[in-house]
Amino acid sequence: MQLGKATREAYGEALAALGAEMPEVVVLDADLSKSTMSKKFADKFPDRFFNMGISEANMIGVASGLAACGKVPFASSFATFLICKGFDQLRMSVAYQGENVKCCGTHAGISIGEDGVSQQGIEDLALACALNGFTVLVPADEAEMRAAVKAAALHKGPVYIRAGRPKAPIIYPDGKAEFVIGKADTVRAGTDVTVIGIGLLVGAAVDAAEALAAEGLSVRVINMACIKPLDADAIVVAAQETGAIVVAEEHINHGSLGQAVAQVVAANCPVPMGFVNIGDRYAESGTPDELMVKYGLTANDVAAAVRAVAKRK
Amino acid sequence: MTVQHELPLAALVDKARVLRRHVVEMITAAKSGHPGGSLSAADLLAALYFGGVLRHDPARPHDPDRDRFIMSKGHAVPVLYAALAEAGYFPVEQLATLRKLNSPLQGHPSKVDFPIMEASTGSLGMGLSVGIGMAMAGKLNAKDYKVYVMLGDGESEEGQVWEAAMSAAARKLDNLVMILDFNKFQLDGSIADILDWTPVPEKWAAFGWHVIEVDGHDMADILRGFAEARTVTGKPVAFIAHTIKGAGVSFIAGNNDWHGRAPSADECAKALAELA
Repeated sequence: MQLGKATREAYGEALAALGAEMPEVVVLDADLSKSTMSKKFADKFPDRFFNMGISEANMIGVASGLAACGKVPFASSFATFLICKGFDQLRMSVAYQGENVKCCGTHAGISIGEDGVSQQGIEDLALACALNGFTVLVPADEAEMRAAVKAAALHKGPVYIRAGRPKAPIIYPDGKAEFVIGKADTVRAGTDVTVIGIGLLVGAAVDAAEALAAEGLSVRVINMACIKPLDADAIVVAAQETGAIVVAEEHINHGSLGQAVAQVVAANCPVPMGFVNIGDRYAESGTPDELMVKYGLTANDVAAAVRAVAKRK
Repeated sequence: MTVQHELPLAALVDKARVLRRHVVEMITAAKSGHPGGSLSAADLLAALYFGGVLRHDPARPHDPDRDRFIMSKGHAVPVLYAALAEAGYFPVEQLATLRKLNSPLQGHPSKVDFPIMEASTGSLGMGLSVGIGMAMAGKLNAKDYKVYVMLGDGESEEGQVWEAAMSAAARKLDNLVMILDFNKFQLDGSIADILDWTPVPEKWAAFGWHVIEVDGHDMADILRGFAEARTVTGKPVAFIAHTIKGAGVSFIAGNNDWHGRAPSADECAKALAELA
């Protein structure tokens, strides 16, 4: 698929655009603004940008206090630092207060590449979803990220947005006018198996679907860019209409989207399921492409999982 | 907003006594809670809410121009509830529901359950960061309110406190006052034995704060300190109040067994007799 900008780059662009529209938007970063791309906002609105230094816990608490006084703060860092170092603050000062704080964790997944395990946010979605009242978004491409940032800003309540480091396949070549929180998006029609993907795995799923069409398998691809609240209706309809589901994501298995989808399927319409994810392990240094191959997150891996569930129907 | 409670000195001393009575009665009725750290802060809370320190109006608890007070050492929330009830934010009778099912008076402050709380706290070390955000918002919005955050000395062992200390000083937040209830004890024993982080005033000064030290049980000294705090510009204020854990009740004061246990009915009666 054709590559577009990285979702983190679109995040920075979206913030900069939002700054002009919403004077109450302020942005915080923890000394990674050149990487998270929040610098794009800082360059345009230096008085509303706060580099908090390398202190994620304090940054989240400060965001809470700003939100309590009517600001709409976006706090950015790498996904693993923001969620893991800021988790108790996200729980107490944001979730337990119902505070209107937006967070963006960039460089999520193993596709950050050579920096290795310490920088790879692979548990962030499990932890973000564990925060009561949080909306959790995983935009798949640049257009969707721009729409998601806007939707997050207009949504009343805490939001976590996941962004990636590498260029992302273009899922929406004509752009995406609106991001609807709580609604899944079918990006390819199909009748035999459904692949529910997020992030880079949406593109992998589309590639897999095209390859499988040649084998006579009709694969539906759903982009579940909002994983909390989860679009249970779309999942149930997919289970009923295609009779098998594969969930594909750049995340560990525990607390994964796959587990959340399986709960919906089990309760409403049990069908064979397959799971493409990192499993229960840490990755390593390597190029993003090498890592996606070694840890089983390519279009080939998705296709293999689809063939396996199709046989179990 | 203009409404302030400003009682004369003798009445403030008496108000602190009333707050202590509420604390003892509430925790006795709840059968659990933290008397030591609530009693040590009673004189400070009396000064804040009734001594003209906080600009606040019980009829307009969410006035955007109000001063903010955050109880970061959330286990001491009974004395905050007592002050708010005495000030007229809610009926004094409601204090008896502390820690009971369906009461907004949670065991530690909950902004969702009880929206007159400025922050949800109780996991230690978090309140100062939230206060910084409020102080920054005040500067951004050209508001002249002040933000007061009460920390415990045990709580100050948390790393987030020192992230916040650096942050507030770097931003020159002279609309922020950190009040340290320096009662020298934490759950497991004395600060000196557990994690001796002295010298305390020197640490805050080194982090770039204007340090004010007071006797946290001498009302005149407390008021002097808060008056000085109002004159400070260009720096946040570290208001270090030397206190005695459990102050005001002879058999609780200085006895760390009372960090987190409720008085029996007999003990409650004895304490109230002392606080009569």
